[in-house]
Amino acid sequence: MSDVYVIGIDMIKFGRFPETSVPKLGATAAHLALDDAGLTINDMQALYSGNLGQAGAMVGQRILAEIGQTGVPVVNCANACATGATAFREGWMSIKAGVYDMVLCVGTEQMGKGLLGGGGGGKGIPTEGLLGSGTMPAVFAEAGMEHQRKYGTTFEQFAKVSVKNHHHSTLNPKAMYQIETPLETVMGAEMISYPNTKLMCSVNVDGAAAAVICSEEKARQLGKLDRAVRVKASVLTSDPYQERNLQMPDVNTCTQRAAKSAYEMAGVGPDDIDLVELHDCFATAEILHYGNLGLGKPEDAGRMVDEGETALGGRIPVNVSGGLLSKGHPLGATGIANIYEISTHLRGEAGERQVEGARFGMTHVIGLGSACAIHILEKVD
Amino acid sequence: MPGNADNSETAGLLPVVPFLKIPDEGSPYLEGSRCSECNTTFLGERSNCAKCGSRDGLESLPLANQGELYVYSIVCRSFPGIEVPYVSAIVDLEGGGTVKGNLINIDPKPEKIKMGMPVEVIYKKAPRKDAEGNEYLTYYFQPKS
Ligand SMILES: [Zn+2]
Repeated sequence: MSDVYVIGIDMIKFGRFPETSVPKLGATAAHLALDDAGLTINDMQALYSGNLGQAGAMVGQRILAEIGQTGVPVVNCANACATGATAFREGWMSIKAGVYDMVLCVGTEQMGKGLLGGGGGGKGIPTEGLLGSGTMPAVFAEAGMEHQRKYGTTFEQFAKVSVKNHHHSTLNPKAMYQIETPLETVMGAEMISYPNTKLMCSVNVDGAAAAVICSEEKARQLGKLDRAVRVKASVLTSDPYQERNLQMPDVNTCTQRAAKSAYEMAGVGPDDIDLVELHDCFATAEILHYGNLGLGKPEDAGRMVDEGETALGGRIPVNVSGGLLSKGHPLGATGIANIYEISTHLRGEAGERQVEGARFGMTHVIGLGSACAIHILEKVD
Repeated sequence: MPGNADNSETAGLLPVVPFLKIPDEGSPYLEGSRCSECNTTFLGERSNCAKCGSRDGLESLPLANQGELYVYSIVCRSFPGIEVPYVSAIVDLEGGGTVKGNLINIDPKPEKIKMGMPVEVIYKKAPRKDAEGNEYLTYYFQPKS
């Protein structure tokens, strides 16, 4: 089986674009990725499209209607916040299987402001606020409190994640925000669900990202190997049964299992990884995944953020893009935007936020309910 | 069972969720099911086991009204019309079963809430009615006295 290569990848600057449409956002990102590869839509043998908000509305075909209805197969994917990564992985599998040798993957989302989750269903009375909370800030607050219960992680340590990622985003012109948020500001912001304040919740934004991926032979034929990025591992898991996960979603076990498989598939270990884009949908979540991804011991996660180990310039920089907390989190686009960030570092094109000498990078997303997707990418010499 | 044996309090009320049972005689309770193959206890009625995949081996049983606070969050922002702050709690019941609900009769401050503290399940009329004006019985957690 051929290795799979990213030969074109890009994202739009995340923001709020209520005047445009999901297919138009996707079309813009697709054009950016095709331009990055120096190719056109006519070169693509299939399209893998990820979108959550309009999952029933043939977003992939509508993107082609914007940029060229070539009649190629289109697969529309929805997998909560793992949607974009799932679309990318479906494309990866088609090349691994030898069915196609070059395909386009696009992730898009257009979001409103406000709380996600907690919707009451159908009959009876709404149970939000009566039988606890199903809002995302509360669910991830409870997941963070589990870490506090086990390892003594503090509110201040959770808050420091947000200080770090907001700082990183000041170096990323494609992030939604470029604003420093000192610790007092983060801890003093409106409390949404303790221990997550408003500045510890990811930003709901509109966004799109796209990637052109191909087989090794195709990349060689086209003379594209010099800026290409090799996909060393692509893994997707769902959450196995855990004693509480029917009441309390478990984002840990599916991540631990995906990480183990990804390291095996790539033939590398956590010490080989130079940077990570992980699913910091809330500041509490980032802390959990240091241990889950093997970046450190779970009990050391608080100390790792205290000592700047996961900041740019630290031992293992995490979310140098600004993360979901400050770059923004357009659900269906996030998975491919993460791959864009890592690819940009491996290509040595990340400007001020460049992780010097980056050779291996990892992306991680969680779709609550739960899905975990991990990719390990390698610089091509 | 504590405090709720008087059926006049529950007469005419509908259960807030299907796993809250209001028997004609006796006190309300939370219903669970247990797998006869692997002995796992679940909240609510179910026909297949999520742990071992066993089919038709699940038996209904009443869950305990005592347990321990596993984790919580103090919810300070919710949807319009929902009173905040409140404590969203995950509780492990004695003998098995995990339930989410509001923890009440406690000061909603981190220094007052201890993970691992004993709690009990209590049943009360819900402060909300449905569109047809029906009233509901709901459950809460409170610190064990
Ligand atoms: Zn079983």
